Formats: sequence, C-alpha cells, structure tokens
Amino acid sequence: MTARPGIDRLLELFAEGKVAAAARLITILENGGEDAERILDSVFHRTGDAYRIGFTGPPGAGKSSLLNRLTGRFREKDHRIGIIAVDPTSPFTGGAFLGDRIRMQAHSADPEVFVRSLASRGSLGGISNCTDEVIDLMDAFGKDLVLIETVGVGQSELEIAEKAHTVVVVLVPESGDGIQAMKAGLMEIGDIFVMNKADHEEAESAAREIQDTLRLKDIPEGEWEPMVVLTSAREDTGIVELVEAIEEHRRHLEVGGHFASMRKKILRSRVRNALMDRMERRLRQSVRVRDFLEQRMESVYKGEISPYRVVRELEGLVSIQ
Amino acid sequence: MARKVRVLIAKPGLDGHDRGAKVVANALKDAGMEIIYTGLHQTPEMIAESAVQEDVDVVGLSILSGAHMTMFPRVMELMKEKGAEHIVVFGGGIIPPEDMDKLKEIGVARIFGPGTNTGDIVTFLRERFPEE
Amino acid sequence: MDRKKYEDEKKIYFDALSGCGCQDIEYTTVSGEEVKELYTPDDIEGFDYNEELGFPGQYPYTRGVYPNMYRGRFWTQRQFAGFGTPKDTNGRYHYLLDHGQTGLSVAFDLPTIMGYDSDHKRSEGEVGRCGVAIDSLKDMEILFDGIDPGTITTSMTINAPASIMLAFYLCVGERKGTAFEKMGGTIQNDILKEYIAQKSWIFPPEESMRIITDILAFCSNHVPKWNTISISGYHIREAGSTAIQELAFTLADGFAYVEAGIAVGLDVDKFAPRLSFFFNSHLDFFEEIVKYRAARRIWAKRMKEKYGAKDPKSLLLRFHTQTAGCTLTAQQPENNIVRTAFQGMSAVLGGTQSLHTNSMDETLALPSEKAVRIALRTQQIIAHETGVINTIDPLAGSYFIEAKTTEMEEAAEEYFRRIDKLGGVVKAIDRGFFQREIQKSAYEYQKAVEAGRKVIVGVNRFGLENEEIDITLLSIDEEVEKHQKKAVQEVRETRDNDKVSRELECLRAAAEGTGNLIPVIIDCARCYCTEGEIIDTLKGVFGEYKEPLFI
Repeated sequence: MTARPGIDRLLELFAEGKVAAAARLITILENGGEDAERILDSVFHRTGDAYRIGFTGPPGAGKSSLLNRLTGRFREKDHRIGIIAVDPTSPFTGGAFLGDRIRMQAHSADPEVFVRSLASRGSLGGISNCTDEVIDLMDAFGKDLVLIETVGVGQSELEIAEKAHTVVVVLVPESGDGIQAMKAGLMEIGDIFVMNKADHEEAESAAREIQDTLRLKDIPEGEWEPMVVLTSAREDTGIVELVEAIEEHRRHLEVGGHFASMRKKILRSRVRNALMDRMERRLRQSVRVRDFLEQRMESVYKGEISPYRVVRELEGLVSIQ
Repeated sequence: MARKVRVLIAKPGLDGHDRGAKVVANALKDAGMEIIYTGLHQTPEMIAESAVQEDVDVVGLSILSGAHMTMFPRVMELMKEKGAEHIVVFGGGIIPPEDMDKLKEIGVARIFGPGTNTGDIVTFLRERFPEE
Repeated sequence: MDRKKYEDEKKIYFDALSGCGCQDIEYTTVSGEEVKELYTPDDIEGFDYNEELGFPGQYPYTRGVYPNMYRGRFWTQRQFAGFGTPKDTNGRYHYLLDHGQTGLSVAFDLPTIMGYDSDHKRSEGEVGRCGVAIDSLKDMEILFDGIDPGTITTSMTINAPASIMLAFYLCVGERKGTAFEKMGGTIQNDILKEYIAQKSWIFPPEESMRIITDILAFCSNHVPKWNTISISGYHIREAGSTAIQELAFTLADGFAYVEAGIAVGLDVDKFAPRLSFFFNSHLDFFEEIVKYRAARRIWAKRMKEKYGAKDPKSLLLRFHTQTAGCTLTAQQPENNIVRTAFQGMSAVLGGTQSLHTNSMDETLALPSEKAVRIALRTQQIIAHETGVINTIDPLAGSYFIEAKTTEMEEAAEEYFRRIDKLGGVVKAIDRGFFQREIQKSAYEYQKAVEAGRKVIVGVNRFGLENEEIDITLLSIDEEVEKHQKKAVQEVRETRDNDKVSRELECLRAAAEGTGNLIPVIIDCARCYCTEGEIIDTLKGVFGEYKEPLFI
C-alpha cells in the first residue's frame, strides 16, 4: 500500500482533472471538519457555473432509471455531468446500501459522467448534510450539469428546493401517489412533474389529476407554471420531452433574471445553514453553557422557571454582537 | 463526523449467482458500513471506474464462473492506472486453492471461499479499517 | 380402531413424553418449518385416499406418474457435463456413455448462455469455464461426433438462447439422417426463473415469452418428442429460497407458461404434455420427498380444474432432480459424497424421472473424472443395492409424510394467491416480489448457520484445523479460449456470407412481425450463422433486459 496524498497534493491533482483526487476530496467533505472547510475555501471561486437539477419522489418511482436515460440525452448535447445519488443510512446500524449505480450502468465507463453515491448519515431524511459541498466540488471539477437524486421519504426532500435550480418530482401512477405528493408538500416545490411508467394503464389519468391540482394554484403573472411530463424510463419514451421541459425552465430562470437571484438565495441559505451548524456545535462544545444548563435545569424540573426563561438567560451569557 | 468504511461489492463476469454477494452486502451494511452495490455482469472497466468515483476503501468481487484469473488482475491493473492502487481488494466464490495463492501474490488481500462466516469478513474489514 | 383405547394410550404417551428430557436442538426443517416430535392419525384426520393420493399413475398422481414406476425402468441417470471445447466435452460424453449413463446433459459456458460468441469482448476469461463453448452449428457437430441423436436423448441447460441451441441440435440430427419428429430431448427454456433467481437473461420478459410460445407451437407440430420447457425450481432454491418457495414459485412459473400458450391460441393438451420440471434435492430428507409429492398433486389438480386439460399426459408432473450444489462444502469435500447420496435417495423416494448427483469437488472447481464417476456410482448404488426401488412410493400413508404433503400444498396455494393479487408472475417479477422473498430466506438461513442454530458438518461444527485439500481438480487450459476464438473466426471465413446476411435479415423481419421465429432460426443455423449474430439481430428488435435492484 502506498501513502495517500495530502490535501494540497489532492487539490493539485483535482485541478488537473484527476477523478480519483476529486473522489477523495468528496470523502473528506463527507467526513467534515477543518479539512473539509479548507477544500471549500480553495475551490469555491471556481463554482457557480453548474446548473443543478434535483430529482425527488417516492421510493420505487424509477428516479435512477430516469436519470440514466436523461444522462444519455444530456451527453448527446455534450454536457459534462455530475450525479449525486443519496440513499438513507440505517438509523439502527449506521450502515447504508447504496444501489443507484446499478441503474446507471450505461454510463459507467464514460469519464464525463461522475456518479457519487452518498449515504444520508446524520441527516434526518432524504438528503445528506454535505450535499451542497459535494455539488460545489463537482461544479469546480468542471461539471456543467449536476443531477441530485434524493430519497423520497419524509419531509426533508423539500430541502432539495434550496439546492436546485430545477426541481423534478417523479411520480408513478400506482395507487395514491398523487395524494402522497400533495401531503408531502411536493406540489409546492416541483417545477416539473414526471409521471413515470407511462405504459401503465392509469398513467394518463394520474397525470391529469396532477395537472388539475396544479391549476388550483394561484400563480402570479410571469412566474413559472409547473409542467407535467409523461415518461417511461423503461421504454425510453418521453425523455426528450423532459429534457425540453428542463431547458425551458432554465430559459425562464435566465430570461427573467431569476437565475442570479436564485444563486443568491441558495448562497444565503447555505450561509444560514453553515452558521446554524457552527453555532450549534459551539454551544454543544461550550463547557460554560453545559454547566449553566445543568444548574438551571433543576429549576425547570421543579417548575420554578419555564424553558424559555432558561434560553433567555443563556442568550445573555453567549450574546453575539 | 466519523469516517465510514465504504465498500464496493460487484459481480464481474457473466454468471448471475448473486446470492453470496447480496448476503455479504447485507451483512456489511448491518455491521454499519456503506455498501455501494453495482450488480451483475460488470466488466473490469466498470468496476474500476466505480471504485474510483466512489472513493471506496475496499472492493469485494464475487466470482463463481471460473474467470477469476482474468478478472482480479484486470480490475487491479485498471485501478492502478487511475491512481487508486491503495484500494484493498478481496474476493469470494469458487476458486481453487492454487489460484488463491496466485491471487494473493498479485495483491488480493483475502479470498473467502464457500462456507465463510460473514462475521469473518466483517472482522477482516474492521481490522483493516478501524473507524475513527 | 378402538377409539377409547387410542385416546387413553395417547394420553399416557404424551404424559410420558413431557416427563422425558429434550435436547436443546431447533427441531425445524432446513427451510425453517416446524416439525413435531410425533405424528399420529390425528394429523391426517379426514384424509381421503382417493382424493389425496390415488394409485400410482392415477389422478392426482401423488404416488407417482406411472403405474409401474421404477419396476418399469429406473430413472434416467443424467450427469450434467460440459467444459472446454466441444471436442473436450465430446470426450467426456463418450466416457459417461461407456460407464452406463443413459442420457446426455449439456452444460454450456457463460458466453453461450448469455448469447456472446467466444471472440466477443465480454467473453474474455469465461470461454469453456463453466461448460462447453458453442458458437455455431459447427461446434454442435463436433460435440455430438460419434453420438447418434436418434438413439439417445439430450438435455440442454440453456434458457435465453434456447431456441438457437435447439436449432443447432436439430440440424445435427438432420445431417445424420434423423428426422425432427424422431428426436427427443429437453431444453431448459425457463426464462421466468432467470428473472427470479438465476439471472441469465437477455431480452425483456414479454419478448422472451413470445420466443417461448413460438417454441411451444413449433415443437408440438414438428418435434413432438421434445420437452419444450423444463420449469426449474433448482436455481430458485440455489439462490436461497425455502422448499415451499421453490415449489410455489416453480409451479407458478409453470402455470404462467400454460396461460401464455393458451393466450396465443394453442390447445393446452397439445403442448402441456411436453412440459417437464426440474427440482432441487436439498438436505432435509423428508421435506424434499414431501415437496415432490405435493408438486404432482397441485399440478394435476390445477391443470384439470383450472386449465381444462383433458389428456391425462397434460396432468403428469414429470421431473428431473439435481442434488443441491449449495449444500456442498469446500471443507472436507469428501463429505459431499455422503450428502449427495442422501439427497439422491430422497429424489428417488419422491419419484423423480431423472437425476443428476453432484460431484464432491464442485465447490472447488469443475468436477474431475473420478469425482463424476463416484457421483454416478452413487445413483447406481441407490438403484441396485439399497432396495428402495422394490416398491412404489413406500412412504405413502405415513402420518408425517401425508400431513406435511398437505401442509406444503396449502402453503403453495397461499403463495399463488399472493402472486395473483400482484397481477401474475410477470408483474410480480416487475415488483421484485420473488427476488425479495428469496433474498430474505437466504439471509435468514445464513444467520441461522452463523448463530449455530443450523449445523453444517465440517463448517460450523466438526471442522479440521489446517485442513489440506487432497483431491485432484480439473483445470481449464487457457488454450481453450484461444482455440475457440480461432474456430469461430474460421467459421465466419469459410461459410457463405451472402446467405448469412440474407438469413439474418429474414430473422430481423420475422422478429418485427408476428410469425413463428423458430423455422427462421433453423435456417440461420443451417448456414452457420453464429449464436452471437442471431442474438444481436434479435436484440436489435427486442432490446435488452436491465437488472432491477431489490433489496
């Protein structure tokens, strides 16, 4: 076994376009800490060019297969593609089974398609905490399209709306999917709704149902009206139409000047998240805070003071100027 | 966040016997590792590229078709070309003893034959990659 | 029977039993099914001999498909063999026939199974390893050199490209002067279990089913003695299923083929008599016997009642058995001879029509000549020394066997209901139903072994320290691949290539249309189109199946 290169050397190799170095840097980002921040500091100026498309929807909707087909079409247009596929970490064992590559076989020997599987790890639901950072890295690596596939369970896939320029919600005509989507708030975040498995007998009526629901939304003049596309990843149909829909949404963002404001929105949300993380970590690590809480909790237990009062007192203790 | 052991489990070659690969993948997942499963009928090129992109610590190849003396060396050669010679390779399947020796010589870390306890594989990986 | 006496004695017995100690062993079958300490007349209360058993050769055939069973003739001793070049395997066939084997069974190598010629990039390292490499009619001619397809029957373990291997074989017979009508044999041709367990697929399910119904139609008209599908539970079991799952999934596949045949307008009695089955014989001696008996009964009842078969031959579940490869151990491999002997015996007590007994060294490599001979001798010992063949279905009427047979039948029926609810076999495959069920069983079994709840002699108990493997293994020379590559290239250079292009074009047109593909494939075979060329032409029309992931 040879010694593995340090971060400086990795960054050099990364700049030369070495996949192994990029992959290694992603691992360091996943593991977090100072090294991760160092990497981001050094590549951040090269980000901002990649167009980000998020894919979400219930498990089994065929997101990976759809991504596989889309990648084929995007490659015909000479896009350089990064794919981030997130699968859940088992809360019991901490292990994860990352199987999305299996459906992306068609591109596994294409060096312009960089697929990375991420486990959700500490995150509560559909997306990994380091997704933003991994997108940055792929962006800085020269990928001009980054496709992000998230686990379609729980509420947290809504986070995808903060990370992607275009959000594609993938549904299947199986029973109650549309209703599930409404419950989960997916109707609010989707720019494009895909009814996959179009060969299914109920696909068209399910698509109409989605369309009807979308009509009920009050969309202000000049805003994007979500589209519904019927596809079949298996039969390779509707993919061209989906590509067109994505491109149309992109044009809409660019023409309306939304693109720049969106970038700002994404960056603001990242700063906020990073700040929250940092504050939380510092609070947790602070001995003073811990001692203070331990002491005051007794009074909360006895019902002498409310939890809110403890927080107010704590605020005074760690006040930020 | 602690470092996680990342393992790529792949089935090179043309046979479809994935019972062993899946049992091992499940056992390693239950032991808290992150398993990238690439499925059946993989060429050495596909396996090496996946291993590199996923920056795995270790690659496990399951071969029952008799093509092991072609597949193992080729995967290792390709990973080396891509600058990933540090990735540990282990294997399982129907592999005659004399071939096992030859594979060890070219750097395959371990071959687990039929009847292996999955606990032994977990122990082997834990010893190589203690979680921080 | 004196009922009162019976109840009194029973009470005394069970009181005494609960006073005795009991070893700390999990008394379950290898599939995890509970087994009681004793079976009594209570367990088969209301049992109706005529309804549930019948006489051998009579409905519902629980006791066997023929009146005379092994008194008429023994099961066919059919050892599966193939390795290296067609010439190497031809040598092994002559050896087996000289040692008293009564039928041939061809093992193909993986490139052949997956539809690649030996010189294809994907074939690298695989040529001749797991079986014999067959690229064109030329290879099939060499494989059967000196063997007359008119006098022996041949079984071919081939699925996705079954139509092509059948065409090659029929052409060999044709050239030796045997008419199609006279040729007997079997192609496995069971594509559904490929999606479920064995995973050697090429085309998507619907297109594959079309090829299969074409074979059913063609053979019923032109090759009436050919067994068109060998509906296989073997691989489902090897992939880790339980005995019940093997039984239920295999029969469900069988019914799916029957329905497909009926759906394209074939008369059920015209093709059903040529369907046969292929089961696994696993470790649990009685559970396996019960499985075979239940299988016969379910098949007969459904074929008659649900599919309206009139010809008694349509109701007969005839089957081949192979002892379970997955039970062989790499540790103390000689012990495998003993395992195989018991497994072979349970297949015979279950009424099998043909049998393959595994060789002791198969967890280490392809079997050596000596290991194959011992495996064959094992069958001969069962047939000629043990006396189990003296009477037909000797276990019938056993409280235990009959109770378990009924239990297994009911469990299978429950699975049929679940499959129906999912919309049938193909839909259930789509949803990963079978795949998940099997995976779950495989992982459960592995955990039981690792926890020591299931004992495997020589593996998790009674092992040897520093064991030296002391058996001679067969190794495949790397020259095989080179030789075979050269051979297929020679075929391409020496044939009439204009004719080849024309025939392949006809095939493409036929695939796009709805006509029967088999005569066209036979025409392709006759002018030495290679397997890879035929498959590629069909892939162009049908597309390829992609592995789904179910975990």
